Amino acid sequence: MNVNQSAPPVPPFGQPQPVYAGYHQSSYGGQPGSTAAPTPYGAYNGPVPGYQQTPPPGVSRAPASSGAPPASTAQGPCGQTAYGQFGQGDVQNGPSSGVQMQRLPGSQPFASAPLAPVVSQPAVLQPYGPPPTSAQVTAQLAGMQISGAVAPAPPASGLGYGPPTSLASASGSFPNSGLYGSYPQGQAPPLGQGHPGAQPPQRSVPPQASSFTSPASGGPRMPSMTGPLLPGQSFGGPPVSQPNHVSSPPPQALPPGTQMTGPPGPPPPMHSSQQPGYQLQQNGSFGPARGPQSNYGSPYPGAATFGSQPGPPQPLPPKRLDPDAIPSPIQVIEDDRNNRGSEPFVTGVRGQVPPLVTTNFLVKDQGNASPRYIRCTSYNIPCTSDMAKQAQVPLAAVIKPLARLPPEEASPYVVDHGESGPLRCNRCKAYMCPFMQFVEGGRRFQCCFCSCINDVPPQYFQHLDHTGKRVDAYDRPELSLGSYEFLATVDYCKNNKFPIPPAFIFMIDVSYNAVRSGLVRLLCEELKSLLDFLPREGGAEESAIRVGFVTYNKVLHFYNVKSSLAQPQMMVVSDVGDMFVPLLDGFLVNVSESRAVITSLLDQIPEMFADTRETETVFAPVIQAGMEALKAAECAGKLFLFHTSLPIAEAPGKLKNRDDRKLINTDKEKTLFQPQSGAYQTLAKECVAQGCCVDLFLFPNQYVDVATLSVVPQLTGGSVYKYACFQVENDQERFLSDLRRDVQKVVGFDAVMRVRTSTGIRAVDFFGAFYMSNTTDVELAGLDGDKTVTVEFKHDDRLNEENGALLQCALLYTSCAGQRRLRIHNLALNCCTQLADLYRNCETDTLINYMAKFAYRGVLSSPVKTVRDTLITQCAQILACYRKNCASPSSAGQLILPECMKLLPVYLNCVLKSEVLQPGAEVTTDDRAYVRQLVTSMDVAETNVFFYPRLLPLTKSPIENTTEPPAVRASEERLSNGDIYLLENGLNLFLWVGASVQQGVVQSVFGVSSFSQITSGLSVLPVLDNLLSKKVRGLIDGLRAQRSRYMKLIVVKQEDKLEMLFKHFLVEDKSLSGGASYVDFLCHMHKEIRQLLS
Amino acid sequence: MATYLEFIQQNEERDGVRFSWNVWPSSRLEATRMVVPLACLLTPLKERPDLPPVQYEPVLCSRPTCKAILNPLCQVDYRAKLWACNFCFQRNQFPPAYAGISEVNQPAELMPQFSTIEYRGAPSPLIFLYVVDTCLEDDDLQALKESLQMSLSLLPPDALVGLITFGRMVQVHELSCEGISKSYVFRGTKDLTAKQIQVSVQLPQERPSVSTRFLQPIHKIDMNLTDLLGELQRDPWPVPQGKRPLRSTGVALSIAVGLLEGTFPNTGARIMLFTGGPPTQGPGMVVGDELKVPIRSWHDIEKDNARFMKKATKHYEMLANRTAANGHCIDIYACALDQTGLLEMKCCPNLTGGYMVMGDSFNTSLFKQTFQRIFSKDFNGNFRMAFGATLEVKTSRELKVAGAIGPCVSLNVKGPCVSENELGVGGTSQWKICGLDPTTTLGIYFEVVNQHNAPIPQGGRGAIQFVTHYQHSSTQRRIRVTTVARNWADVQSQLKHIEAAFDQEAAAVLMARLGVFRAESEEGPDVLRWLDRQLIRLFMFHLRRSPFLQVFNNSPDESSYYRHHFARQDLTQSLIMIQPILEDPRRSLTVLQPVLLDSSSILADRILLMDTFFQIVIYLGETIAQWRKAGYQDMPEYENFKHLLQAPLDDAQEILQARFPMPRYIHTEHGGSQARFLLSKVNPSQTHNNLYTHNNLYAWGQETGAPILTDDVSLQVFMDHLKKLAVSSAC
Repeated sequence: MNVNQSAPPVPPFGQPQPVYAGYHQSSYGGQPGSTAAPTPYGAYNGPVPGYQQTPPPGVSRAPASSGAPPASTAQGPCGQTAYGQFGQGDVQNGPSSGVQMQRLPGSQPFASAPLAPVVSQPAVLQPYGPPPTSAQVTAQLAGMQISGAVAPAPPASGLGYGPPTSLASASGSFPNSGLYGSYPQGQAPPLGQGHPGAQPPQRSVPPQASSFTSPASGGPRMPSMTGPLLPGQSFGGPPVSQPNHVSSPPPQALPPGTQMTGPPGPPPPMHSSQQPGYQLQQNGSFGPARGPQSNYGSPYPGAATFGSQPGPPQPLPPKRLDPDAIPSPIQVIEDDRNNRGSEPFVTGVRGQVPPLVTTNFLVKDQGNASPRYIRCTSYNIPCTSDMAKQAQVPLAAVIKPLARLPPEEASPYVVDHGESGPLRCNRCKAYMCPFMQFVEGGRRFQCCFCSCINDVPPQYFQHLDHTGKRVDAYDRPELSLGSYEFLATVDYCKNNKFPIPPAFIFMIDVSYNAVRSGLVRLLCEELKSLLDFLPREGGAEESAIRVGFVTYNKVLHFYNVKSSLAQPQMMVVSDVGDMFVPLLDGFLVNVSESRAVITSLLDQIPEMFADTRETETVFAPVIQAGMEALKAAECAGKLFLFHTSLPIAEAPGKLKNRDDRKLINTDKEKTLFQPQSGAYQTLAKECVAQGCCVDLFLFPNQYVDVATLSVVPQLTGGSVYKYACFQVENDQERFLSDLRRDVQKVVGFDAVMRVRTSTGIRAVDFFGAFYMSNTTDVELAGLDGDKTVTVEFKHDDRLNEENGALLQCALLYTSCAGQRRLRIHNLALNCCTQLADLYRNCETDTLINYMAKFAYRGVLSSPVKTVRDTLITQCAQILACYRKNCASPSSAGQLILPECMKLLPVYLNCVLKSEVLQPGAEVTTDDRAYVRQLVTSMDVAETNVFFYPRLLPLTKSPIENTTEPPAVRASEERLSNGDIYLLENGLNLFLWVGASVQQGVVQSVFGVSSFSQITSGLSVLPVLDNLLSKKVRGLIDGLRAQRSRYMKLIVVKQEDKLEMLFKHFLVEDKSLSGGASYVDFLCHMHKEIRQLLS
Repeated sequence: MATYLEFIQQNEERDGVRFSWNVWPSSRLEATRMVVPLACLLTPLKERPDLPPVQYEPVLCSRPTCKAILNPLCQVDYRAKLWACNFCFQRNQFPPAYAGISEVNQPAELMPQFSTIEYRGAPSPLIFLYVVDTCLEDDDLQALKESLQMSLSLLPPDALVGLITFGRMVQVHELSCEGISKSYVFRGTKDLTAKQIQVSVQLPQERPSVSTRFLQPIHKIDMNLTDLLGELQRDPWPVPQGKRPLRSTGVALSIAVGLLEGTFPNTGARIMLFTGGPPTQGPGMVVGDELKVPIRSWHDIEKDNARFMKKATKHYEMLANRTAANGHCIDIYACALDQTGLLEMKCCPNLTGGYMVMGDSFNTSLFKQTFQRIFSKDFNGNFRMAFGATLEVKTSRELKVAGAIGPCVSLNVKGPCVSENELGVGGTSQWKICGLDPTTTLGIYFEVVNQHNAPIPQGGRGAIQFVTHYQHSSTQRRIRVTTVARNWADVQSQLKHIEAAFDQEAAAVLMARLGVFRAESEEGPDVLRWLDRQLIRLFMFHLRRSPFLQVFNNSPDESSYYRHHFARQDLTQSLIMIQPILEDPRRSLTVLQPVLLDSSSILADRILLMDTFFQIVIYLGETIAQWRKAGYQDMPEYENFKHLLQAPLDDAQEILQARFPMPRYIHTEHGGSQARFLLSKVNPSQTHNNLYTHNNLYAWGQETGAPILTDDVSLQVFMDHLKKLAVSSAC
């Protein structure tokens, strides 16, 4: 099956899709599926191997792979059929490389466990089905028990799933919170819930299933379950879809109820049929019963979302999906690393999908921009908007124009076209690039974007060779490379004047809190040395950047540090209502010229304010002052604001404490993310006009309204750093490290970015830290190497397959030496008329980046619930479209995912349960706002790890092996209490210590003799002279080096209070705040898809 | 008995008072007929080396509406220990401390020679607040900085000083900080109330003066301030081509006023504003920053084209009134080639008794020496300045006080001796004079209210008591009491007496003050007409042509400047201002001899020295100039000539030494452009108009003086005309 569907297509996973199917079957079909299993397996195997094997090549691979069997060792066995994916999954997860089946039992208690006894599981099992039915069963049983153990809930879950009785009535009552309750409580439920409904029938049906069923108590329940409810509920309901499903799986569909009821015995159409039937049933039942997806959404947040819905009615079998059987991010990452990490990625070919962001690879620029600069959600774009609409796959590019490159890769060449400036198309103003076609012997060129024919200026003329290429193509970066820079002429400068080198202004809060926490002293001390490391250009000996200093509480203090002064002069401006800059000369100075005065100033600031009693601060006037200072100096620049408290002093931009947790989950929740007043937007606009970028360092002890304070940084391309309850002893390293990095990093100022595209598509939406005054130009007061802009495209015409689609991102900016430049990135994409091509060339990480940003922006204007629903719907639509159009026909009970998107559900689930979209009790409003704006300018690698944290076992691999150990899946099940793990998500870093870690290990890492002596919450590991200690610290340092922000280490002991915090990051598990576990979500997604299909 | 001349002189010496009439007409009717009002010029702090202050409190009349101070004119009953107030006739008990008095044991205030006496009170600090313009050329700024630094050494060591600088912004400097110099900066375009200023500079709400970091004793922060002044930068904001620098004088002054208002009300304080150009922004701006728009001239003002004048004047008046209310005074030192807005700002010194100094540059000796002279000391080593004075005038019943003209503001104290007719600043019996020096002179005008049908008994005397409370420069509070009395006379029977007792000089100055006072508030021609009407019998030809009444050829600033000084100088100086002195050293080689202030005096072989108070002009006649050019003065055989040239220089030097403010010193010769100063002053007996009509066509250039290019009539013509008028009116 699988094969058919995607078969050839997907390169990597080739057939993976099928896998899903398999999965699907298994899971839902449940046991019955097992029968089916065989097929899936086959497919699966196919794919798997293919997948693994498949080398880098895109398309070609797929087929091969499919052909080729089991690259994945583990899977090998089962291999064939639908299983495939699961298999992979297993393998990957593969704690045990062993056979999937085997694993099941062992590894996942829950997996099978779920209440839904048999039934549901069977579905899961299916995959395994064939082989070890029995095994499965047992496993399941085990699972059940566990579940039971875990939470008595199981029964409850039963409810959820539709405990018998309830079922009947259920439809009406579904919603029972009962499920809910249960859901949350017992882990077990998850699966069950998801599938429950569906499963029951399956079980009964399938022959094999039967076997399962029998074992499981499920059987009995089934009946009850059977109730009409089952169907719908279990999957969550795609209400709408119902009709569809009906059609598709008519037979069963109709009967659904009946079947269900009928349960085990009769039902059983063939397993294959069953599955479908089952599904149908589900659909049917669900449809009616519950609300559509939307419901799903809603319940979700509130309680166990879908769990509840489905739950109640269907008694279903709490079957459980084997977590190892579902797609594993870890495996995908590892495979990509192994397959694509070794060879450089050569950008010469159009529409190539680059290696994953988690893979370490080199790039050779041969005409397209490196994926470090641009990544797309899909490298093959539908030719028509109809197709695009059908697929619902967002077409977006994540652009990081000034991305840092590894030392092995050359930064873009700078091209100087002299007086005349860069050569551009006369009509669309696109810049000269490798895709421009030279014609008429080189005298003219045709624009690759708008097809306009332009004359080649005489000084640029060059002959063409026999292939129609300019003979100097390889001598000119703009004709041979994907990324390069032009020196801008004066026409590209503000006011037609070449810019003055930019300036940095340090603006330091000296109110009581800042002084008392030691921040002021620390900062001043640090600045003394840090000023020697201002960014400089190329080989420049000295940075051209000038610096200025301001301190403030409820008034502002400017400092004159002119080199000719014997001592600094302080100028106090108390008219914060009407801010102005009191001095010109001597405010912005060259560091080396004024060093003595600056040092004297930095020595005195902490002294001057040591006894301050002033607790009130202002904020907007501070930014205003910095901006005015830059305006007066007629240069661009950056403000570094160090701020501690809610600005309540009487001044423009004064804020009040409006933190109200009661708003969460109401329609007014969005106001928590919106700025309190429009004043900051206005201010930001002025900043942008002046090229004034604002970086904000926050040190709050309580609510400071990050949502409002971050408006200006956000709109000016700045960064926000937050150090809650800052204490010098604990946070100094993190703060200083961030500060150093932030000050030293290369920044472009006063930038304008424009994305041009081939006729046919058009950039329509932009996400990131910037300001737009019109619909096309992205204005960035400042832009550094960490900032990313996500751009969404829409069709406005047809594209054609032959020409493909081109993107050109042009960034006009002022370098830190004051040079005006244009950086150009070009990228050529393929276009397709077959949806399959689209699905085969997608990149899930990028997709998630887009979807997260989209959702995070959505919370500003819509209730969080709506946002979540939208995400889920879109995801379901994407997958359903695939299923409908690309996958080979198979039972509806199968969940078939495109190989490229098989991680979409898991990642999407992570997005859904992130603190912004589903806050836990301990998450503050400020934290949410902070994260929200952080994500807005994250690149793909950052969103990837942010949403799906890396969990590294430290003691599994041999001590000598100092390379990064392979990660494990972010689930509590994967933790063994005899090991130590590192977990990081780009912002946080935890060291989890199992309760029964060997003493020797404890001694070597922590320098104490026993587990109990380890200080919980420790943030620094002792420096010990032994291999393990070195390795651990080395790893930590290594991880920190990869991230743009310093991650503070927190040591968490198993069973300790802090573990709650840690568990929040185990994203495959159900979260305390109500987020679904991976398995549950997958089930839910399946349901959604089925509803869409039916 | 001495002559009236001696009498007048004596009185002036002793009391600092000169009356227009020294015998007073005994009824309102008669007084009105006499045209020149009964008035006096009072110099409240006239230097009296022989007058040490007594160390006790004055004794007051117990009538609440009177409260006159015991004086030599009072009737005293030594036995009953009673005294009768000579103003209200209230009988008062002496206080217990006076128990021992008798005819032979009189307290000082009862002795006739102590008609002026000074009492001593509690001390309070002196404050000097510098308000310095930094929009200056480098030379100017440097010179100003040096002058200011120099002045630090001249200040009383325990005086408090403060510094405010301004340009586009206004900076209030904190003087007490170590290691870093700190200042509070204000936008130059926004006026603030005293309250806002206090909040802005973070002064404590209660008792703000306790911790003021902006005003520190000079001995503590001498070095700091010297360094601070040394590091003063020129206003750093770029001044584009064709623009004036943005100068926030109005706000700077407002902040200075507000700062003192909040911290040291009713304490002697001097705000010294140094400015090098007109205010160009914010409240009080006088002209925009576009250079192509020139600053207002009299012509513009007449045409109502001075856009900012009214608003600016209002701003400064408001400030002046506040300052006066606080007992502080404002000096303006304006040095620029163009106008600096003195017209608008004049009220600040005028109402508060501050100085106004006008010069071309801070880098001139005119400014430097004038400034230095402010800190000159008297014979006791005290500064010749006093602060926060109130002048109270009490009169006996036949008289009422009609007003005062001088650097004062009304305190609006009504009382029985206040006339309903106002002359000058009237309607009150008390005035505030926030800053004064030993030469500060007020004109005080009285009205005789005695009815014609209620004759005053023969031998009756009218009395006036002037009580001046002030803060001496030694920081003590003091009270000076001057009590004067004059005889009443019946005009019918004693006309001779009255005529003989007429003080022409005092009368001239008093009338001139009235004229100038009116000129300030009324249209020029009206005033002239009024003056002509009043003075038809007084020959004040020169006053008519003086810059105090004529604005032709003077900028509004100059007019303001001249009038300012006219309204506060003593009689002698005032006379010089009205009628400049022209002297010819040739008459006698050692002493300069006055010559007629007439164009006929300007002869080719003369050296002339003219003193107009504001200018000292040395003029060499044509021949003399040629001789000098030829170098005769260097030849031993013409040593005589050398002396001749030197004489006026010495004399000028003498004047320069004594005068405040320093006059402009001009050395010129026949045909020199600067000769215009002389030519504009002399009586144009010969002009281009009558040069040919009179028969001296060929006389010019020989012994007949120089023709003046003017349309003004000469004294001769004026007199003729007057005579005609006098005759016709007599009919």
